[in-house]
Parts: sequence; structure tokens; C-alpha cells
Amino acid sequence: MSTKTKVAQVDKLETGIPGFDFIADGGLPKGRTTLVSGSAGSAKTVFTTQFLAEGIIKANESGVFITFEESPADIRRNMMGFGWDIEGWETEGKWAFVDASPEPGNTTLIVGEYDLGALIARIEHAVGKVGAKRLVMDSLGAIFTQFADSATVRNELFRITSVLKTMDVTAMLTAERTEEYGNIARFGIEEFVADNVIILRNVLEQEKRRRTIEILKFRGTPHHKGEYPFTLIPSEGIIVIPLSAIELKQKLSDIRITSGSPELDKMCGGGFFRDSIVLVSGATGNGKTLLVTEFIAGGVNNGEKCLLLAFEESREQLFRNATGWGIDYKWMEKEGKLKVVCVYPETAGLEDHLIKIRKEISQFKPNRLAVDSLSALERVSTIKGFREFVIALTSFIKYEEVAGLFTATTPTLMGGTSITETHISTITDSIILLRYVEMYGEMRRGLTVLKMRGSRHDKDIREYTIDGTGMHIGKPFRDVTGILAGTPVHARRGELERVGALFTEEKVGSE
Amino acid sequence: MKDKFLLKLYITGQTPKSERAVANIRRICEQELNGRYELVVIDVLERPQLAEDEKILATPALTKELPPPLSRVIGDLSNIEKVLLGLDLQPYAGTSKKQGGDEG
Repeated sequence: MSTKTKVAQVDKLETGIPGFDFIADGGLPKGRTTLVSGSAGSAKTVFTTQFLAEGIIKANESGVFITFEESPADIRRNMMGFGWDIEGWETEGKWAFVDASPEPGNTTLIVGEYDLGALIARIEHAVGKVGAKRLVMDSLGAIFTQFADSATVRNELFRITSVLKTMDVTAMLTAERTEEYGNIARFGIEEFVADNVIILRNVLEQEKRRRTIEILKFRGTPHHKGEYPFTLIPSEGIIVIPLSAIELKQKLSDIRITSGSPELDKMCGGGFFRDSIVLVSGATGNGKTLLVTEFIAGGVNNGEKCLLLAFEESREQLFRNATGWGIDYKWMEKEGKLKVVCVYPETAGLEDHLIKIRKEISQFKPNRLAVDSLSALERVSTIKGFREFVIALTSFIKYEEVAGLFTATTPTLMGGTSITETHISTITDSIILLRYVEMYGEMRRGLTVLKMRGSRHDKDIREYTIDGTGMHIGKPFRDVTGILAGTPVHARRGELERVGALFTEEKVGSE
Repeated sequence: MKDKFLLKLYITGQTPKSERAVANIRRICEQELNGRYELVVIDVLERPQLAEDEKILATPALTKELPPPLSRVIGDLSNIEKVLLGLDLQPYAGTSKKQGGDEG
């Protein structure tokens, strides 16, 4: 019984590829060979090169790169952009190429029987020369095009994989696939390296390219299942985003912070929780940006650092707005208490935005983060991708113990919900609705705290006004119903009293 | 006219395939090249760096380094005609081939 756990253990090698080790539950199975399969342009070469590069940079483990396709010169040059100085590592004796790329022009004549013994000898030699712990063969498909006799090649590849096993190197072999969702690889390669399979995808989804990585299997060792998005960042390489794999195990705080508005604090039962995510939903021009501005001012006044990510308005606009409400962003930035980052959503994919936001948070270390507006990001993604993005962002900022205020724009003036709201409302801790209320030919504004996780809160829909000093929350709308549905109806006095009495009686009765 | 052929045969260990290739190339040289050749047999297991430099993948492999252009044939060299064709030996050996063979 006690040996049961020992038998199941497979050692893992931490690859160092950001995010990958997380979904791989610690890394690649150590001393084994993993097949990395993907269609053309799915970043197989970058992924495998990074596997060797991170080994050298982070673990001081040497690597051997066997190339069947691109020449070493091409690889050296192409990977320079990610900041990987392969040539430098070669002179330091940390990297060795085995150049099996086809020579242009001459096709070699084949006369009689042959095998790939020389290749195997060269691999063994290269591994011994640099003391390699990691090895890459890119790509297996290309060797089939170099040698017509595929039966021999398959036989030889099988020999190579068994030789690799004896050399105690952790290897990645790449293979092409013709479809994103079909056979694992061409030429039936998976038959002899089937223990561990990773699939890289580059899928066109609603006119947007989405890169994902999936660990199809790691024989005898756990890993996270399903596709995880990843992104290619110049000068860094691949970053896997382990969205839904992130565990919600942050400690909860019951420390309250101010929303920046004493009245709103009162409605929330004493302010927001320090590590909570608040969603503010409202139609355009409804005061969402004002709420954001007050949230920031409230933080800065308490000596907290705030980060504002603006996806809709320019810097100048934001600063002017704030000044209009008597808040001086310029001074806050000069004091190092505020950082305003303005980005157009269309400039990058959501994965890239996420990486960028994380970087900003890690560098600036804010206490508060405001995103205005989150729904602007919907435009650059699919609904599924957007939801994953929000989950990843919220879990990250919760982990960093940052208070978050996100805004969402509703498509209709009166009532209604936005896509943002529908898809992320369960993720957020609190929801504040800002709604227009039409009363006797006049647009008035109403605010309500719809949800406040872990706290008592005001359930009224209160009227608020905006002037040069900011937001002022007043009395509840007592004689209007249907505000949230977008169809306000004015109730008669008598009716109101009757309903009111009904509830008081019920209350008394239940107590 | 006195062009000398520089031939290198790469093998991987003393396998039956290797031995067949060595025997075949020796016979070709003696029969067809009329003494105008230098043959070097390289065991890749002993000198892997040479195979790396020359980008040898498959063995047995025969290269003709001189006279240029460089050419290469892979396999146990069991078909003499194809070897001569593949190494582009005909133009040089063509005229002396039959005489050389008869005289030898």
C-alpha cells in the first residue's frame, strides 16, 4: 500500500516557458520525449527554441537543436528577435546544432540500402559535447521529404527515440499537421512518440487569430486538460496564459476601502472590500468615468497607488474630465501615486493586453486598478476569449491584492445589460448599476448597488446628480418602478403606501 | 587528363551494410578508375565531428570531393551504373573505362 504513491511518480523537468509549467503540472516528463505537433505557423520552432533557451538562461542546462528544415543560420537570425543569443551560447558550449537541413539544389542519389546511423552518431556526439540535458528535433516531417523511403525513416526515427531514452535528455520533437482539429501528425509519427503529446494551434476565430496550446497526454503524470491561449511577445517569446487553471485560493480580506464617495460607501455598507472586484455598469455619459475618477481620488487621498487603464478615452480627455470634477491627475502622476495608461483595444489581441496589464501591475504595484471600460475590449475578442481574459485578469489582481473597479457600457440608454455584464457578473464581487430614469420628460439618473458579496448593502435605487464637484447621491426613487427594466412607471401614492404596508406586516409576521 | 578522384566513404561501424559498401566501392575503383583515385573510409562512430562538418545524415554515404563539383551517393552502392551516374564519373572514366577494365 505504501509503495503505491512511489510507483506513480514521474519526474518533471521545469521548462521555464512562462505559464507552460503551470498547465503541465510542473513541466515536461523528465528524460522522456514529447511530441510537439502543430500546423504551419503555429510557433513550433519558437516553442522548442524557447525550451532550450530557458534551460540555458534559467537552469544552466545545455541544449542540442537538431534541425531538419531551417538552416542553423536562419534559426540564429530568426530567434535573435526574442533576445536569444544562440551564437553566443554556441561559443560558450551551451548550445549545439546538428544541421540536418536539406542542401539546396542537389538531390542525393540513393543506391542500395542505407540507414541514418550518421545522424544518430552526430546526435550522440553533440549531446556529449555540450553535456546537453535538453534536446529538440525540428521537424520530423521534413526528414520524410528528404528521404523517399518512409519505411526506413520511420524505422530510424524509432531508433533515435530509443537512443534518446538512454541518453537521459528531455526531448521535444516537432511534427506538422495539416488540420487544426484532425490527426495528431502527418506520416504517422505519433505512433512511436505517443507517450507525451502537445498540440499548438493557430486558429482563425471570427476573423481573429487565436493561438492555443493543449497537452493532449503525458503518460503516467498529471497535467491540465484543454486548450490554453498563448501569445508571442517580441523580445520575450511564448507566454502561456493558464486562464481557467488559475486556482481561486486567495485569502479574503474584510478590510474596507473607500469608493471615493462617502454616500456610495454608506450604500455599500462601509465601502468596498480591499481585494474585491467591482463592476460599474451604465449607458454612455452616465457617470461611469466619474465613478472611476472618484475611486482613484479616494485611493490617492489615502496614500494608495492607483493604476488607470483607459481603453476608450485619450489621456487629454481623461485629464480634462478629472479637472472638471476638481481632481488633479497631473499632480497625482507627478507624486507617483497614479499611472494612467491609455490603449486602443484594437492595437493588440486580448492575450497581449493581458500580458501588458500584468506587467504594468507588477511594475507599478498599485493598490487600486481601474479599467475604463472593460466592454471596449469585447470588440477585439470572441465572447469565450473575453470571458477567459476577465477571469485571468481578476484572479491575477486578486492574487496581487489589488482592488479593481471595472466599467461596462450598456448598449441601450434605458436599462438593459451589456455582454460584459452578462459574462462577468458572476466573477465580480460587487455590481453597481447606473441607469437613466425618464421622469415627466426629463432624464434623471439612478444608482443602485445590485450585489455586494459578503456584506449588507443598500437596496434602494437612489437618484444622483453630477456637478462641478463630482457625484452626489440623494434620495431613493420612491414613486417609480421598472427602472432597471428600462420602463419606468410612476406609481400612485396610495398604491405605494399599500405595498409598503404589505411588506412591513410580512416582516413583523416572520419575526 | 591525370585528374585524380578523391572519394570519401562514410560508414557507421562495422555493419553488414558498411562492409558491403566498402567492398562495392573498392571494386568500382579498381574496375573503373584505373588507379586514378584516392579512397578514404571514415567511420562516423569514431569521427562524428567530420560527419557534422560534412552534413552526413545517412550512411553508407560516398562523396566525390575531387574533381569538382562535389557529389554524393547514399546507400550500399550495390548498383555500379547508378554509382557512376550519381558521382558524375562517366565523362572522365568513359573513354578509358572499357580499356581500363580489360587491361586490369
